[in-house]
Amino acid sequence: MESLIISKEKFPEIINTIVKSYRLFAPTEENGFSGFNIIKDYSEMDLSYLNSRMPPKAILFNQTETLFLMEPGTKGTIKPKEIRNEKTAIFAIRPCDAKGFRILDTVFFGDVVDPLYKANRDNSVLIGLSCNQPDSSCFCTSFGDSPASGKYVDILFTDIEENYLVEVMTEKGKDFINDFSRFFSPASSKEIEAKNAKEQEAIGLIKRNLKVEGIEEKMDKMFDHPIWEEYAKKCIGCGACTYLCMTCRCFDMLDEGTLDKGARIRVWDSCMFPEYTIHTSGHNPRPARMNRVRNRFYCKYSYFPKNSDVIACTGCGRCIRYCPVNIDIIELMNRVSEMEL
Amino acid sequence: MTENPYQPVLATIEKIKVEVTGERAIKTFKLVMQDKKIQKEFNFVPGQCVMISRLGKGESMFAISSSSTEKDYLEVSVMKQGINTSALHETEVGDTVGVRGPYGNHFDVEGWKNKNIVFIGGGIGMAPLRSIANYTLADKNRDQYGNLDIIYGARTSNDLCFKDEFAELQKREDVNVHLSIDVVEEGWEEFVGFVPSNLLRVKPPSKNTIAITCGPPIMIKFVIQNLLELGFKDEQIFTTLEMRMKCGVGICGRCNIGNLYVCKDGPVFSNAQLKNLEGDL
Ligand SMILES: Cc1cc2nc3c(=O)[nH]c(=O)nc-3n(C[C@H](O)[C@H](O)[C@H](O)COP(=O)(O)OP(=O)(O)OC[C@H]3O[C@@H](n4cnc5c(N)ncnc54)[C@H](O)[C@@H]3O)c2cc1C
Ligand code: SF4
Ligand code: SF4
Ligand code: FES
Repeated sequence: MESLIISKEKFPEIINTIVKSYRLFAPTEENGFSGFNIIKDYSEMDLSYLNSRMPPKAILFNQTETLFLMEPGTKGTIKPKEIRNEKTAIFAIRPCDAKGFRILDTVFFGDVVDPLYKANRDNSVLIGLSCNQPDSSCFCTSFGDSPASGKYVDILFTDIEENYLVEVMTEKGKDFINDFSRFFSPASSKEIEAKNAKEQEAIGLIKRNLKVEGIEEKMDKMFDHPIWEEYAKKCIGCGACTYLCMTCRCFDMLDEGTLDKGARIRVWDSCMFPEYTIHTSGHNPRPARMNRVRNRFYCKYSYFPKNSDVIACTGCGRCIRYCPVNIDIIELMNRVSEMEL
Repeated sequence: MTENPYQPVLATIEKIKVEVTGERAIKTFKLVMQDKKIQKEFNFVPGQCVMISRLGKGESMFAISSSSTEKDYLEVSVMKQGINTSALHETEVGDTVGVRGPYGNHFDVEGWKNKNIVFIGGGIGMAPLRSIANYTLADKNRDQYGNLDIIYGARTSNDLCFKDEFAELQKREDVNVHLSIDVVEEGWEEFVGFVPSNLLRVKPPSKNTIAITCGPPIMIKFVIQNLLELGFKDEQIFTTLEMRMKCGVGICGRCNIGNLYVCKDGPVFSNAQLKNLEGDL
């Protein structure tokens, strides 16, 4: 790992250089929220954000995506989709969201590899930006992570006043930096210390903690517990918590097209909807909201740990921030954690 | 198949057999891959499933109903239900469909050698059982298994799938076929009543026997109850589960029961596994 610095003065210029050879996604302001969009100029970027509303999973795992093309019908044919390898950089992704990609990898690179996600992932450089100002819904520290963690990114930027400290974390990150080396100079120990101080300060701002210790074992005994019904009574089933979650990846597959041209596409779906599981026969294995609310929490805190050895929650806090009825995953899971059984 | 796990290969419908007519119509489709090499390399084990699509009408999971001893084709038996299954029912011989698979785990045809097998099916649930029954009955395999019993029922005699094939099997000495329908019908000479009751009447001995049951959830529930009553152990009882499916390969997240994905960890489960499985069925 290498530590560099770039001055804030040079910063606009490097961004405007990167955009010439990369598809550069960065946070921009849209309708009062922050969102990752392709930018062409430094001025479009808005770094006053806490985090984007829409998680950056959408960049590599598109909300709507063609799987293959076809001529529909009983004499139909199939045309493979051309997988485009576009050089992409995601700038100012938060450490929690970068971890989200690591969690999604366990699904998309499982027994079967998803070629669309893989192409996007392979062609992307993740350039993180440490959170100096986490908010009241952030809880990445509950999982042993830090708001200034470079563990899941290729390169990590940290704002240390006049400069950014730039930590190069991977080979991919190194290759990227090499292309733009003229903008960087080596960091001194003072600057590295400045980052550490920022990190400690940020960690101190995170006030909430989700007690993850032993939660999976607890949940093994709580499938029939009334707590799920209690939270289901509040939930309106809007699905926001799943669409906005960095680690939710459920999708639907549909045929779209006209009489002679078509495609099979995938679109994000949500286990919070009753239609998600209903069979054509009318039988629904998750008929009540309780079944669906329970499945969401079990998926993240029980099924993922069992299957992939990782809790499928990064502590990004989106589901807490955007739930219209204030269902709070920290509060719920801490009640589970502390439950006397 | 293809590098893109979501992209099917093309197959031609070589034959369509009408099994059941009316509201709950069932047809068996004989499919041959258009690429000979793919057909040749298409290996499966009874119990496995395939995604079949009338291109433009979606895609559905079906148990392969033919035996894996037949290498030149595969068959699926499709009940007409929603969009894709109805579109498949409108196809004709020579038409093209998309095929992906084979998916999921399978019956342990190797491990069950030298054992007796009872197949207990209801309605369209006979489809995967037909695959393994025909596998064990194939000339080259028959002497590797003990007694074979097929207990199969449907609501009415019209709803029985594979009627002509059962008529042929009833002539054979090396397999016993016990058919039933739910309510009395004129001219019906076999058992009248539900499949679980027919099972209690047939009373297959549990010693060295594997019982496999597929059908509507309510039937499976009572069949398992009755098998336990007949002395079968949880490890001797197998069933297949159904969940709504999309990707078929454990990625899209749709088909989970607890932490298992039916498309890749199933569809075949032993009752011992089911007892430990906590999830919405
Ligand atoms: C492991 C497995 C084996 C099966 N084997 C057979 C078989 O041998 N014969 C048979 O007739 N049917 C079988 N089914 C059921 C069959 O897959 C559904 O009837 C079919 O998907 C309905 O599709 P549709 O387009 O006609 O209905 P629509 O309601 O129009 O379907 C919309 C979509 O919903 C999904 N879907 C709806 N119901 C089911 C369901 N019950 N199971 C899975 N996905 C569903 C499919 O993705 C389908 O494309 C099996 C299902 C599973 C999971
Ligand atoms: S469950 Fe909530 S806090 Fe956890 S990753 Fe998903 S949106 Fe973020
Ligand atoms: S965001 Fe809140 S109300 Fe909407 S589905 Fe999720 S938990 Fe329920
Ligand atoms: S059908 Fe997609 S995970 Fe099973």
